[in-house]
Amino acid sequence: MSSLRKTDLKAIVISLIVFAVLQGLISSEALDPFWQLNIIVICINIIMSVSLNLINGYTGQFSLGHAGFMAIGAYTGAVLSVNFHMPFIVGLITAFVTAAIIGCLIGLPTMRLSGDYLAIATLGLGEIIRIVIMNVNYVGGAAGFMGIPKSTNFAWAFFVMLFVVFFIKNYVNSSFGRACVAIRENEIAAEAMGVNTTKYKVLAFTVGAGFAGVAGCLFAHTFYIVHPSSFTFLSSFNYLIMVVMGGMGSITGSIAGAFILTTISALLSDWPELRMSIYAVVLIALMFYRPQGLFGNIEITSLPIFKRFKGGK
Amino acid sequence: MGIMDQFLQQLINGISLGSIYALIALGYTMVYGIIKLINFAHGDIYMVGAYIGFFCITIMNWPVLPALLVSMLLTGILGMLIERFAYRPLRSAPRISVLITAIGVSFFLEYTMMYFVTPQPRTFPSLLDDAAYHIGPFIINNQQIMIFAITIILMAILTYIVQYTKVGKAMRAVSFDTETAQLMGINSNRIISVTFGIGSALAAAAGVLVGIYYNSIDPLMGIMPGLKAFVAAVLGGIGILPGAAAGGIILGIIEALVSGFISSTFRDAAAFAILILVLLFKPSGLLGKNTNEKV
Repeated sequence: MSSLRKTDLKAIVISLIVFAVLQGLISSEALDPFWQLNIIVICINIIMSVSLNLINGYTGQFSLGHAGFMAIGAYTGAVLSVNFHMPFIVGLITAFVTAAIIGCLIGLPTMRLSGDYLAIATLGLGEIIRIVIMNVNYVGGAAGFMGIPKSTNFAWAFFVMLFVVFFIKNYVNSSFGRACVAIRENEIAAEAMGVNTTKYKVLAFTVGAGFAGVAGCLFAHTFYIVHPSSFTFLSSFNYLIMVVMGGMGSITGSIAGAFILTTISALLSDWPELRMSIYAVVLIALMFYRPQGLFGNIEITSLPIFKRFKGGK
Repeated sequence: MGIMDQFLQQLINGISLGSIYALIALGYTMVYGIIKLINFAHGDIYMVGAYIGFFCITIMNWPVLPALLVSMLLTGILGMLIERFAYRPLRSAPRISVLITAIGVSFFLEYTMMYFVTPQPRTFPSLLDDAAYHIGPFIINNQQIMIFAITIILMAILTYIVQYTKVGKAMRAVSFDTETAQLMGINSNRIISVTFGIGSALAAAAGVLVGIYYNSIDPLMGIMPGLKAFVAAVLGGIGILPGAAAGGIILGIIEALVSGFISSTFRDAAAFAILILVLLFKPSGLLGKNTNEKV
């Protein structure tokens, strides 16, 4: 246990150094505004992919509707900021709660399904969320919701991301996480061993959905505007690709996947068609040659190099 | 126009839209029945079919039928190539890998196509005059008659192939139990390839018909109909051919009624709501049998 705490401490120190360096680069204007924005987007995408990894990678429940929960969080946060003038932190917490409640309501019936059917049902529900939002005039309908204050800065995005990553890390290392992994490995065996599979599946889905809501709230306060077309199932696919690319069941992998894909798409933003074709080829090649993703289910903290760095043991 | 007339009219529109869903759904259900793969790229194959038809009609100046046949042939070959190079190497891989590959193929077809033909929608030339016929209370136009006719002919041919030919018998055998079929001397790879070919050809026909019906095609046109055709296949009972046809037509009618009487923005939501209700209450579909999970 104490060695676990020590690793945590080191990871936090390293994260703070990374934060200090990046914040220094941003404050000194060494990064142009395009990349400043992209660093925030990377943080948001890391929240999305790590929370999706909890559902898809650790619990093995193939969800394709993650962008729907992001939409809920984005609109909740936007309404609280614009119509109720709430502070940003209230928006973030409410976004988490709203998305988690809706995630729970959706999870209860759909978590009875498995495999392909679950994938298609979550995809459908994600689209239904988006279509319903599109038809609510209170939040701008199809034209989008405008005039959101730009409250998200790098510090907010980074520390919220850090919190989410540590929360999910502790979740998967707890008895909850072990139940999730048991369900992923063999649902029937897990049930036979006394794991309440429905409870843990719905709980993982709820937590994942809640953090997607937080990411949505950060997203809304980054771009001044939220638009239903930002949350189609294509963006759910996008987050899924990040998770799969990094490795299902590896938080390090999800972070790496979010970082690599967001950077690639930023670099290729002038050639959108080419970008998506490259995406597709990378995805197919990955499935052929490394279907477990870049990291498989290994964490960076369990690599030998990190052990040596820890000193002695 | 009274509410009854409007209802009947939406019914006709729904059946034409539903015929198109049915043609796409047949390909989905055949592929799913045989290798248990949700072929996410199927909707994009339909898009490619529409573009091949479009170029045959505008550049080569061919009439509708030859364009339809050439489009079906080329798209069928494309479907077989995709199966050969993208799905066959992953035959023994976990199903999620194949599913993600299918998503990859779908993106690849969409954006490679977009690179070549630009994202702007193209206007499909109107080939038939817009004559409308009054048959009793129904008003039906040339395009709709053509969609019905072609759909019925293709479905009859498909039924003949599946039920009365050697290839069809092999297809049913492979779908029932791949390994046993192989032991009986059936080359299952070849049969899977043929299945992809036939399914893709049907999707291509649907693509050309949609071009004629709605007069507009674009590289992302396949996404929504592809998903809805999957809904139709699930609705009818996935893996069951008459189920896919029935599911497609029911879905088309429901969508037409929702957009006619509620709001056209809700028609996509209606399709997905149906999907979720079906999955929750009768996951084996309208025509499917219940199967129990074995430990």
